Amino acid sequence: MDLTYGAEYETFRNEVRTFIESHRNQAPDGQGMRAEKTRAWQKMLIERGYTARTIPREYGGHGGEMDILKSRIIAEEFAQAQVPGGLGGQGISMLVPTLLEMGTEEQKRQFIAPTLRGEMIWCQGYSEPNAGSDLASLRTNAVLDGDDWVVNGQKIWTSTAQYADWIFCLVRTEPNAPKHQGISFLLFSMKTPGIEVRPLKTMTGDATFNEVFFTNVRVPKGQIVGRRGEGWLVANSILRHERSSLGDPNIMLTRLNALTELMKTETVDGSRLIDNPVYRERLMKIQGEVTAMRLNDLRLLSAKLNNKNANLAGMIVKLKGTELRHDLEGLGVDVLGEIGALYGETPYLKDNGQFQYHYMFYLGLIIGGGTSQIQKNIISERGLGMPKEPKMSKEA
Amino acid sequence: MEFGLSEEQESLRDTLTKFLADHAGLPRARRFADGGEIRAQDLWKGLAEIGVPGLVIAEQHGGVGLTMLDAATVAQTLGHAIAPAPYIATAVMVPRAIARAGTAQQQSEWLPRLAAGEIVAGAAVSEAASGAREGAKVTARGGKLHGKTLFVVDYEADLYLVADDQRRLYLVDAAAKGLARKALSTIDATRRVGELSFDGVTAQLLPGSEDGAALADILDVGRVLLAADTLGAAQNMLDQAVAYSLTRVQFGRPIGSFQAVKHMCAEMAAGIEPCQSLVWYAAYAIDATSDEARVTACHAKAHVAEVGKFVAKTSTEVHGGMGFTDLVGLHYWFKRIGLNRQLLGSPERLRDEAARLQALIA
Repeated sequence: MDLTYGAEYETFRNEVRTFIESHRNQAPDGQGMRAEKTRAWQKMLIERGYTARTIPREYGGHGGEMDILKSRIIAEEFAQAQVPGGLGGQGISMLVPTLLEMGTEEQKRQFIAPTLRGEMIWCQGYSEPNAGSDLASLRTNAVLDGDDWVVNGQKIWTSTAQYADWIFCLVRTEPNAPKHQGISFLLFSMKTPGIEVRPLKTMTGDATFNEVFFTNVRVPKGQIVGRRGEGWLVANSILRHERSSLGDPNIMLTRLNALTELMKTETVDGSRLIDNPVYRERLMKIQGEVTAMRLNDLRLLSAKLNNKNANLAGMIVKLKGTELRHDLEGLGVDVLGEIGALYGETPYLKDNGQFQYHYMFYLGLIIGGGTSQIQKNIISERGLGMPKEPKMSKEA
Repeated sequence: MEFGLSEEQESLRDTLTKFLADHAGLPRARRFADGGEIRAQDLWKGLAEIGVPGLVIAEQHGGVGLTMLDAATVAQTLGHAIAPAPYIATAVMVPRAIARAGTAQQQSEWLPRLAAGEIVAGAAVSEAASGAREGAKVTARGGKLHGKTLFVVDYEADLYLVADDQRRLYLVDAAAKGLARKALSTIDATRRVGELSFDGVTAQLLPGSEDGAALADILDVGRVLLAADTLGAAQNMLDQAVAYSLTRVQFGRPIGSFQAVKHMCAEMAAGIEPCQSLVWYAAYAIDATSDEARVTACHAKAHVAEVGKFVAKTSTEVHGGMGFTDLVGLHYWFKRIGLNRQLLGSPERLRDEAARLQALIA
């Protein structure tokens, strides 16, 4: 057991810390992805190697060596300083790694650099009204007509579609092939004629998602990643990136601290909430679980560094992390009593209504990105070696 | 940076696992439970050859001088194999207390014999850990002990470490005049628990224990080891559930192909995995004398007890009616987890202690 990062890395940590302190006045503060300040900050972070670290220079990245600990230190220091790090979003976190792995040279050159600069914002066209957990049964289709694919159909749960420039989209191109082998992965501009975006309001009151409708949308033939019918493979390489990022236990610690602070300061009948032994017991139970998940995360980092197998420890993160976060936020609601039901613009709201909002939002994340039930299938089948459910239908 | 076991620690675990495959497990636990033995001598002798009794005792006293992480790894392995052997008190809590709070003479008198496995020591600290019940209370007057203490861990012993009501620690010879011993029958037949009554019993004070810190330390240690024991037992119960589900056929299919059963197993795995990291870190934090060590020990014992309880129930359910029988023997693990949960502080009590340690309440 050695929890130190070593002298070389502590030097690096000091560099990062010094940079953040001396440049924090240049960091964007909620101006949005398209603001000049946001882009200038992103540019500086790429030059420094504090984001897009390992992406080759010719594609607009920093071109550094893969270094898991340095990446971790950068994330830790920016979070600690509460200064925004490099841009995220589905383009940068999901499409870029996929293009690096499966894109053509031309695609890499065309798409990666502007995406990293924040000039090309992406949305993900995967889920459909009738293709959720069974994503491979998707029906949005594309038919080749001359030099174009002609796309028709509907996507749902498309976050950022309302301001995205481009979409990476799964479409059925081989209607007669088995369902996993009939899908292709297309890239196209959201300004293409025939695309309609309708906001989808959720229980939180926000329209963080959209429905996207395609009517005879023409996409140049070359804007396909991988070959015809290989879209499922391409998509799976991206889903791996997504799942590992849901349920981050380090963000959970920030929320746990906020909850503890609330319970130490809020009073009912003159007593602090934390002096109520039932509430305190619930808080301590969650603290124990958060501790376990943070240490599980440390184990995963270490396993990655030392090439050790920690497959199961990784597979459970989405399931456990999102459920735990939902419980944590729910305790915040519960301890507030009637105040916990206030929402929106109202007096007496505590912590800006964050507990109410996240309690609902995290129910969405328990479902999204592979439901808890799908996670349990994955854990039991891939982690414990249990058999798959026999197929009811004839389709493969 | 390496979070987890070193190669040496993995090798210790593997050696012990191999030994226990032949000398512990269900048949041996069953034979021990059926009575007649004070101690499973074959098992104890083998453990002594591997170095288990002297695991954390310094080399100058004949031990191996290893860390709490090693000790927790051994506890996890013993729990996995439901080994009917004393361990947490005799090999870790008592030697640690003597090394920390005993005089040089006490150390050279007791540690080499404990390290060699020549004698076994029990720990009578339940009142400090879980609160006093049934009139239990030990007081010291003029160097002699009076009163009684319950739920002594590693009860079948030659020597006892006893905490008095001032949180000081004493050593008492099992043959001392005025000492009465009574075994208590628990759900778990793989380990022995009992009570001690003192009627003016001569005892050796560990002089360094006056401030109560040595007692606090061995409670942390005992709790982490019990968590590790539960974790090992829970892992075994999950493995047994998965294995059973693949062979048991109903409705023409192995029951392990039904989602209802798969999800039960996935939930067990999802509970167990983070416990491994929690136990490793809780043990390491004690070695590193981290500020978090005390709170982490409480959380480790409490959280692993909750997961253990869930796994014990769920694994039994996956086995259906057979899980409920004596024949399959799953209940030995169920009961081992059950006793661990109650010993040295129940989850609720430990979470209360965790809150107090963080000064969240007065």
